[in-house]
Amino acid sequence: MTIVGTLLAVMILAPAIAAVGCVLVYNARAAEMMNLAASVVVFAMAIPITILSASGPYQFLAGYIIVDMTGSWVILCAAIVYLLASIYSVGYMRLLHEEQRLWAFYALFSGFALTILLSAVMNNAGLYWIVIELTTLVSTFLVGFERAAESIEAAWKYIIIVSAGISLALLGTVLFYWCGSFVLGPTYDMTWETLRAAAPKMNPGLAALSYLLVLVGYGTKVGLAPMHTWLPDAHSESPAPISAMLSGALLNSAMLGIVRYLAIADAAQSGHLARTALVAFGILSLLVGALFIVRQNGIKRLMAYSSVEHMGVVALGFGFGGPLGIAGALYHMLNHSLNKSLMFFGAGNVMRSYGSKEIASIREVRARFPASGAVWLAGAVGITGAPPFGLFLSEIVILRAGFERSFDWAVYAVAVLLIVIFIGFLNHFRAMYFSSAASADKQAAISRWCIAPMWLALAPLLVFGLWWPNGLWNHFMAAAQSLAGPIP
Amino acid sequence: MLVAHLDPLGSSLFSLMAIASLLLAFVMLGSRWLNNYLYAFAAESWIIAGLSASVGFYGHYPELYLIAFLTAMFRGLLLPYLIWRIIKRLNVAREIHEILEPSSTLVAGAVSVIFALVVSYHIGSSLGLAGTVAVLALTIMLSMKLIGFLMLSVRHEALSQILGLLVLENGIFLGAQILVPGMPMLIEIVILFDLLVVVACFGVLVRYLLAHAGTTSSFDLNRLVG
Repeated sequence: MTIVGTLLAVMILAPAIAAVGCVLVYNARAAEMMNLAASVVVFAMAIPITILSASGPYQFLAGYIIVDMTGSWVILCAAIVYLLASIYSVGYMRLLHEEQRLWAFYALFSGFALTILLSAVMNNAGLYWIVIELTTLVSTFLVGFERAAESIEAAWKYIIIVSAGISLALLGTVLFYWCGSFVLGPTYDMTWETLRAAAPKMNPGLAALSYLLVLVGYGTKVGLAPMHTWLPDAHSESPAPISAMLSGALLNSAMLGIVRYLAIADAAQSGHLARTALVAFGILSLLVGALFIVRQNGIKRLMAYSSVEHMGVVALGFGFGGPLGIAGALYHMLNHSLNKSLMFFGAGNVMRSYGSKEIASIREVRARFPASGAVWLAGAVGITGAPPFGLFLSEIVILRAGFERSFDWAVYAVAVLLIVIFIGFLNHFRAMYFSSAASADKQAAISRWCIAPMWLALAPLLVFGLWWPNGLWNHFMAAAQSLAGPIP
Repeated sequence: MLVAHLDPLGSSLFSLMAIASLLLAFVMLGSRWLNNYLYAFAAESWIIAGLSASVGFYGHYPELYLIAFLTAMFRGLLLPYLIWRIIKRLNVAREIHEILEPSSTLVAGAVSVIFALVVSYHIGSSLGLAGTVAVLALTIMLSMKLIGFLMLSVRHEALSQILGLLVLENGIFLGAQILVPGMPMLIEIVILFDLLVVVACFGVLVRYLLAHAGTTSSFDLNRLVG
């Protein structure tokens, strides 16, 4: 077994063992520590896997598992969010007074991380679909964990909308298999690579239909507008660490499917249609995000719509394509994962402290949280795409890619929408920080566990905003090349 | 490719079964009683199991007999039983809020079948398969998809939504049997198990809905907006 295989096995086993362990020990303290340990192991394995994937791709278990550059990048983003969210949840979940059921929370939490990591290494399109379906099933119970009427409502909407959505992706997958069967015969292994190799001989009309079905299907899971309707509910009603996982890790893992199918559609000569559709969904997501951010009352719903917006930006990056677009989109994934985790952690803290989800009842945050309030405000500046934070760099690169690939109209539209979002988003923060009003008493004391991950997220975000490491750039270029395939 | 050279009896048998299951989808669409949905769904699953077996016979895919058996057991017996248990717990016998009358829903369903036919006809002729059972299979696959979405959008009871999702899946499964009978068995079996887990999760969630939200009609799930 190679080094990569061993690292991968350890990374997959750690959350699996933690999930089983949480069920067995039935104790809240032990469960939170097991989950935390698993997340540390996953993070420690994810970094070397990402670096080593450059000399890949590696295949395991008769070709059912693949470690390639794009997949390992999604793993890295997920591992970072998993680690931060695990640290955060130690402090946060103790505030919920649900000691009796905490073991179940941590079992599901590590199970959720496990399914996300697995989805990134699936080499078979059918199995990828199944793992994405599993992420939904596991996370539904995390969304509904608080058992309030609102959270159960959110969980129900989440499972119905996403299951209906990804059943479209299943139809697209079956039709892609049919496309391939004209070239490869009735029975073959439906790996990404075989499909792409067969793509030039596929019927372009059928391939385009299949791609559009897959795009709408996985697009539902990514939260692209107009299929985003589950997202604000699920993100706002789940416990804050789960919101961070949904936003920073889950959405990327579904985006990976779209990206892989996009490479196939490109090879099947329906690339133009495929890219235009992805760009259109991206712009629509930005539009919906902008409209709902400007007039938003709930603090976590504000963050959720910001996720819709950022997934739109990532979709634009991949839709524009080219080395620049793919590099920008991958960089955006990482920065968004860091920044959105920071935002949800801050939102969870103020929500618990003020005892309300309404922006209107959160006032004078600076007075209550002098240090971590400043971090949260910095994160808010970062999430709107302002310098000197990472998202600024990645957005600029994506916009440049748009010009390069002659999607000028899209770039102008995006620029306007990003400015609207900047103003709308920060206006809410101005109200929360600088307008004075009588605010409620402190409802809960926020522990260090809830503050530390905010700093841990902000530091790399600032570094990535000021300095784009050369190694990362080379990594992205190689990833772009492996996605586009050998250039003819 | 199986559908390109198929003997006439097999071809008409496939068509008969595919059309019968489409008709059963219309039965679900035209009724407002939850029990009728369930019976129609179970019957549809048995027909799909029969279809798997006959595709296995005419196309010489012996592994499809196993799939047919599992389909009959899972989709034809186990899922209906689980759903029947949910119905018993619910104390809801029929749809109460209706956006569309069943009669108008039937018309909408017919329109979606015509749309599916047009799409499949174009795809079929561009593949050189016009007039074969492949076009019919694709039509039924797409129209059951559209009918499932129609059920999801005009019905409010939690149970109708679960069944709507299952109709979506049945349509895909039915089409896949005819279009891609050689699809690796592993995938099909895993999808069957996956469905079982999905329905189990729905069962648990319905219980939570009753206990914590006090309703199983999405008409009343209106706390989260904006």
